[in-house]
Amino acid sequence: MTMAIIGRPLARVDGRAKVTGAARYAADFNQPGQAYAVIVSATVGLGRVTGMDSAAIEKMPGILAVLSHLNAPRLAYGQHKSYIDPATGERLHVLQDERIRFHGQPVAVVVATTIAQAERAAAALRVSYNAERPVVDSAGPEARPIVPEAGRQPDARLPADKARGDADRALAESPVKVDETYDIARENHNPMEPHATIASWNGDRLTLWSKSQFVVNEQAEIAAIFGLPLENVTVICPFIGGAFGTSLRTWPHVTLAAMAAQHVRRPVKLVLTRKQMFFTTGHRPRTVQRIALGATADGKLTSVVHEGTGETSRYEEFMEALTSVTTFLYSCPNVRTRYRLVPVDTGTPNHMRGPGEASGVFALECAMDELAYKLRLDPIDLRRRNEPAIDEGENKPFSSRSLMRCYDLGAEHFGWARRTPEPRSMRDGRLLVGMGVASASYPAFHAPATARARLLPDGTAEVEIAASDMGPGTYTSMTQVAAETLGLPVERVRFSLGRSDYPPAPSHGGSWTMASVGSAIRAACIAVREEAAKGRTDRPIEATASSQRDPQAAERFSMHSFGAVFVEIAVDPDVGTIRVRRAVGAYGIGRVVNPRLARSQCTGGMVGGIGMALMERTVLDARDGRPVNAHMADYLMPVNLDILQLEAHFVEEADPHVNQLGVKGLGEIALVGIAPAIANAVFHATGKRVRALPIRIEDVLTA
Amino acid sequence: MAVVPQVAAQSTSEGSPSAPTARVRLAVNGVRHELDLDTRQSLLDVLREDLGLTGTKKGCNQGACGACTILLNGRRVVSCLTLAAMHDGATVETIEGLEKNGELHPLQSAFVEHDGLQCGFCTPGQIMSAVGCIAEGHAGSPDDIRFWMSGNICRCGAYPGIVAAVADAAKRV
Ligand code: FES
Ligand code: FES
Repeated sequence: MTMAIIGRPLARVDGRAKVTGAARYAADFNQPGQAYAVIVSATVGLGRVTGMDSAAIEKMPGILAVLSHLNAPRLAYGQHKSYIDPATGERLHVLQDERIRFHGQPVAVVVATTIAQAERAAAALRVSYNAERPVVDSAGPEARPIVPEAGRQPDARLPADKARGDADRALAESPVKVDETYDIARENHNPMEPHATIASWNGDRLTLWSKSQFVVNEQAEIAAIFGLPLENVTVICPFIGGAFGTSLRTWPHVTLAAMAAQHVRRPVKLVLTRKQMFFTTGHRPRTVQRIALGATADGKLTSVVHEGTGETSRYEEFMEALTSVTTFLYSCPNVRTRYRLVPVDTGTPNHMRGPGEASGVFALECAMDELAYKLRLDPIDLRRRNEPAIDEGENKPFSSRSLMRCYDLGAEHFGWARRTPEPRSMRDGRLLVGMGVASASYPAFHAPATARARLLPDGTAEVEIAASDMGPGTYTSMTQVAAETLGLPVERVRFSLGRSDYPPAPSHGGSWTMASVGSAIRAACIAVREEAAKGRTDRPIEATASSQRDPQAAERFSMHSFGAVFVEIAVDPDVGTIRVRRAVGAYGIGRVVNPRLARSQCTGGMVGGIGMALMERTVLDARDGRPVNAHMADYLMPVNLDILQLEAHFVEEADPHVNQLGVKGLGEIALVGIAPAIANAVFHATGKRVRALPIRIEDVLTA
Repeated sequence: MAVVPQVAAQSTSEGSPSAPTARVRLAVNGVRHELDLDTRQSLLDVLREDLGLTGTKKGCNQGACGACTILLNGRRVVSCLTLAAMHDGATVETIEGLEKNGELHPLQSAFVEHDGLQCGFCTPGQIMSAVGCIAEGHAGSPDDIRFWMSGNICRCGAYPGIVAAVADAAKRV
């Protein structure tokens, strides 16, 4: 019996919990007798703490403890490095010494009986510093680029240098050239849910209700930091209020919550303030990238040079796939990429939706648009002329690649044929109209995962895995996979996630949850089904099974999602306001498990891309590294009124190689490609090429 | 320098001098409460930390995101910027009070149906704001809805679904 449940546009199985307020996020797990902790953040950007008047606030009402480097326990900080931690460097050891490495670093934590008391006392704590001047401008005169340690080997996953042919010579000899620099501002993830941890000790066992995209790693890291056996730590996180990468790593506040709870011998709740969300929980690093393209007069690429630098902290080398897509997106015999880091005095960056690909593709796809204008070619036509037969960087065939079909489908839905190519040639009344296009790509990753399935006497099933759902709909899509595999209606499957004592899942990010967790669930459900098929009548039947990608397929194929993004904007020529009127994305992402949720995820990514293109930037004060706009009203993000018509379409794509489910993942590619399509539309509307994000009113006004 | 206000200092159970407190009567989702509150407490913290109504969310505590939206005497407000002590005798409605006899409010079902949510964290605030938006007569067109719902940020970008849900529910309430 095949029940086609995969592919159905089901409503979210956790929808009811979310619209009634019943869904519980980390800070909602109030514990009996709980105290409240508030972090005091450094107000200097570099230097040392020289004094702290804790005595004054210890007398304030309800204060239970003031912990700082002066009295905090020295923690074990055992060796722990996961793949989501930078390969080089060491995490911040919190409250272990007097050094200040960046503005906002925790210098103390105040614990009180009520939240109001803790906030009041934290605000009143006087800390004195010996301040030095930090370097926070990664493109300024004091910036010193370095070769990332983990990229030195040519076979590194993110090689610092990679080349085929002789790109520089070919560039010099190319009849048509584009050679430009693109600058993308630092961004903060700013999920709606602030980071939060409630810590509770029972003897030497610790339970953390904590916002995490990777509960098994949070468990392992906290165990290492406190020198505890792994099984003594449990991390629980059934719901995540958005994260976009910021909760992949375990940041210092989790340690502080556990430390505080241990000290005051009662459960402690610690929630970061919105301002603190700009300090210690990662950010999309500012990047500066040079793209040089050489082409023949008929639009065949002869050279591609991509040199990018991203900022990192002084104590860790954060790397992302800034230049990777450039090596395979188009056919070209001569390609050279270079990736460097600039350490600055701030916290360590972290993956933010679409991470390096979103930034790298912005530069490449703007440059392609510039080249199309130089060649007087339609930008889609230019891409068609350079469509590769294989991944020329890896010298492997693609497991599937539907880029040109995405362009066809997207162009049809968008009405690309109506566009007149000349800049400033399209108007709507007094408004300038611009249409832009860009390619998107993101790897189809897959990580090993293990799931448990259980068939119960009442004919229902339970499925468990330590996965997460930060919004894409993991609860729903995994229920669909389990129901279809077990041959049960979805109502009879109870799917649970977000506990570190469930079978392990990889981090919830990098668009690999559907592939990795879905394949593990499928494997566990098949094992249960096979047991039941043997005629076993006893219940429950339980099976735990793991899955991973077929290593041979991984060896043979290059695996990526592709997409084409179309945007129409309107610019008011008098005041320079830019409005995205329409966006259409067409994606080749393998099988779509739930079209309703997949569309939401895509349009959500578009909203993120609109923010990246037109609004988002974290501005650091050069004097002390302070993020000057660390406020939800000053860090601009799209609101409802900014968002008009968004459409996502999927091309039929059967990929038998990526995994048994044939899914490639969606969360990241949904953001990639939006910003360059908007920048290209801005050029089309105004004739002004803006190469720095976010594109602002003043950029357009001076057009 | 920090100065603790010395108004009507009382004692806590732990015997230390306390911040001023006030007696506040609130009817929350039809349930009456009489509370002795620290006058610095926001209505949001009272709901979440004292009354255990954690459905209302704290997204920014700065009045800038709308996650904490509730109805205060029938009008939508951001509860993080509302001092509880100023609202003695008030009627409060939160997301927990919308469902009646196991039946979802039309806005709640519309949010599920139109997928006007992803992570769900902004959702209680969106829905309470939408109750207000419709009651104010500000849900006449998608443009109206976009404008009058712009105080509620959704970082997941569920805006198209939110607009569709509010427009749909506006026809039914
Ligand atoms: S929490 Fe009240 S507006 Fe953001
Ligand atoms: S649903 Fe995640 S913030 Fe709105």
